[in-house]
Amino acid sequence: MTPHKGNSVAPPAPAHHAEMPDAPPAERTAARRLSTRVGRMRELGIVVALALVVIPTAVVNPRFIQPQSLRDLLLNASIVALLAVGQTLVVITRNVDLSVGSVLGLSAFLTAQQFADHPGTPLLAGIGFGVAVGLACGLLNGLLVALGNVPSLVVTLGTLYVFRGIDYALAQGRQVNAANLPDALLDLGSSRVLGVPVLVLVTVVVIAAAALHLRSYRCGRELYAIGSNPEAATLAGIPVARRTLTAFVLSGLIAGLAGALWVARYGTVDAAAGTGLELQVVAAVVVGGVAIFGGSGTVAGAALGALLLGTITSCLVVLQIPAFWQQAIAGALLLGAITVDRLLALRLAKALRTTEGTSHA
Amino acid sequence: MRNLLRWETALVFLLVVVALTGQVGTDGSFLSGGNLFYLGLDIGEIALIALPLTLVIVAGEIDLSVASVLGLSSALIGWLWNAGWPLETILPTVIVAGALCGAFNGLLVTRLGLPSLAVTIGTLALYRGLALVVLGDTAVADFPASYTSFGTTPVPGTGIPYPIVLAAILAVLFGIALHASSFGRSVYAIGANEEGARFSGIRVKRIKLILFVLAGAVAAIAGIVYTFRFSSARADNGVGLELAVVAAVLLGGVSIFGGKGSLFGVLAGVLLLGGLRNLLILQDTSTEVLTIVTGLLLLVSVLAPSVTRRVGTLRKATP
Repeated sequence: MTPHKGNSVAPPAPAHHAEMPDAPPAERTAARRLSTRVGRMRELGIVVALALVVIPTAVVNPRFIQPQSLRDLLLNASIVALLAVGQTLVVITRNVDLSVGSVLGLSAFLTAQQFADHPGTPLLAGIGFGVAVGLACGLLNGLLVALGNVPSLVVTLGTLYVFRGIDYALAQGRQVNAANLPDALLDLGSSRVLGVPVLVLVTVVVIAAAALHLRSYRCGRELYAIGSNPEAATLAGIPVARRTLTAFVLSGLIAGLAGALWVARYGTVDAAAGTGLELQVVAAVVVGGVAIFGGSGTVAGAALGALLLGTITSCLVVLQIPAFWQQAIAGALLLGAITVDRLLALRLAKALRTTEGTSHA
Repeated sequence: MRNLLRWETALVFLLVVVALTGQVGTDGSFLSGGNLFYLGLDIGEIALIALPLTLVIVAGEIDLSVASVLGLSSALIGWLWNAGWPLETILPTVIVAGALCGAFNGLLVTRLGLPSLAVTIGTLALYRGLALVVLGDTAVADFPASYTSFGTTPVPGTGIPYPIVLAAILAVLFGIALHASSFGRSVYAIGANEEGARFSGIRVKRIKLILFVLAGAVAAIAGIVYTFRFSSARADNGVGLELAVVAAVLLGGVSIFGGKGSLFGVLAGVLLLGGLRNLLILQDTSTEVLTIVTGLLLLVSVLAPSVTRRVGTLRKATP
């Protein structure tokens, strides 16, 4: 885990430049600049989309951009954003983790139960417990995918059921209420530092750590290599199984943390917490520009995707558009995002071909 | 191929075990006509949707939007019924709407070259959203008994529910299409090696489009069945059913990477999941056990070929 120095510290970019290893350095950097620009345009695109959503809403109802509503906006998006960060690590390696909603549910219930049954539990120990639950779930997923050599879509669909089933079996219809939870935990869900909710700060720290990991560390860059071309990654000496395992463990760990924070945020937890969240998370990741077949994308993009989807929900409420439209709009947005991505990728490929063509001429 | 056959044998064996232990454990009520009738009703929609989905997955694609198409068709039935349309016009309209939903999926996948996983997660939200827009959170329940009785009574003179008759007819049609026609061979070829299929003159895009259209149309039919079975048209009918159907198909031995699997295995998978659920309900076991069992079966179904392969290579390696 040493910071990776040298010229390959370029921000994560679509993997297309990997297809032309023989190009002279000048062409390669030109192509990389182009692909980097496209990658940045992606995040810029989400920011523009966010503005397009927020500005008209704010014009109609100025209260929408008051600090309190902005705080709520960030707070509501932060749990999905956290899960999206973990999911990004997995999706970049050309895998998917459908079990995150169930991991969150299991961790949330067990954390709440721990606090309720043992009132003396220190705050950090309780949250650590939730994180450990998530880590164990992620480890199981990772071992099955990396060592069992089976498709992650099927494995995590299976563990989606298993973890949720265990959750229900342990809960047996019980519910943990805010009255049984320590104030320290509930304060965590509502307190602020310099006006920013603590949950949002935690999310930002996780995003920053994951972004740094993916950007500047060898083990992070190797995730992109695995997703771009698993065979080539193996031949290049990258420990594919170990890195894939790590990605799943991190995704589980983050989902466990999200579960513990879910308790802090909502106070009331039953076994159904986070049901169906996996599709929202995958949607956020895809809207955020992470290619579903791996090899490209950033955690910042994924988190912005989660924020955009959450913001649209809030705007619909403020604009008094029936909430029924929310899902249709989210779906249309996802389709629009992948279509634009595809068209950009086609243009990029064309541009790369032309660059290559001139170098040979 | 041998692994696959073994998996289907294992499924049938599991089915027999479930049936026998069920029969003994419930003092004979498990295999009674009345219970089998309810079992049949319970798996109707999953069995229906699993048929076209099998072909889609064998071709190397996936359709997660099927349950939303079911919900959209249910919402459309309610909306059109409220608007005063006769059911004879509503039902064909709804099936066409389902086929259009499938065609939209298929066009995005084949014309734009987008991954079907991402496309159908998008249309999962889109179609469910449209269902909510059409019908809101209201329920329409005043359908004539002549229609809703299809969902609650057996075919006269037998103990077979109508949805199962429908599923059986479609199963035969899909079975012929997949296993006894050049169309089916093309579907396997596409799933095994798409580029190879294209170079051997198979019209890959057209076949994939047809498969998505079929998935949409059959999902709409399942929506009709669902609506009349509960005599309630609601926008949230069948939420989350896509995972149960995908689980049944994969449990049936279909490879998520395409090119492998059989309709017989899928039907055995549907029966096994439905039988287990029914048995657990009969024995007052909590449904969470079923959730765990579903997940474990799914894990075993993917791990088994991988483990046998590994054992096989080990055996080859040691002379």
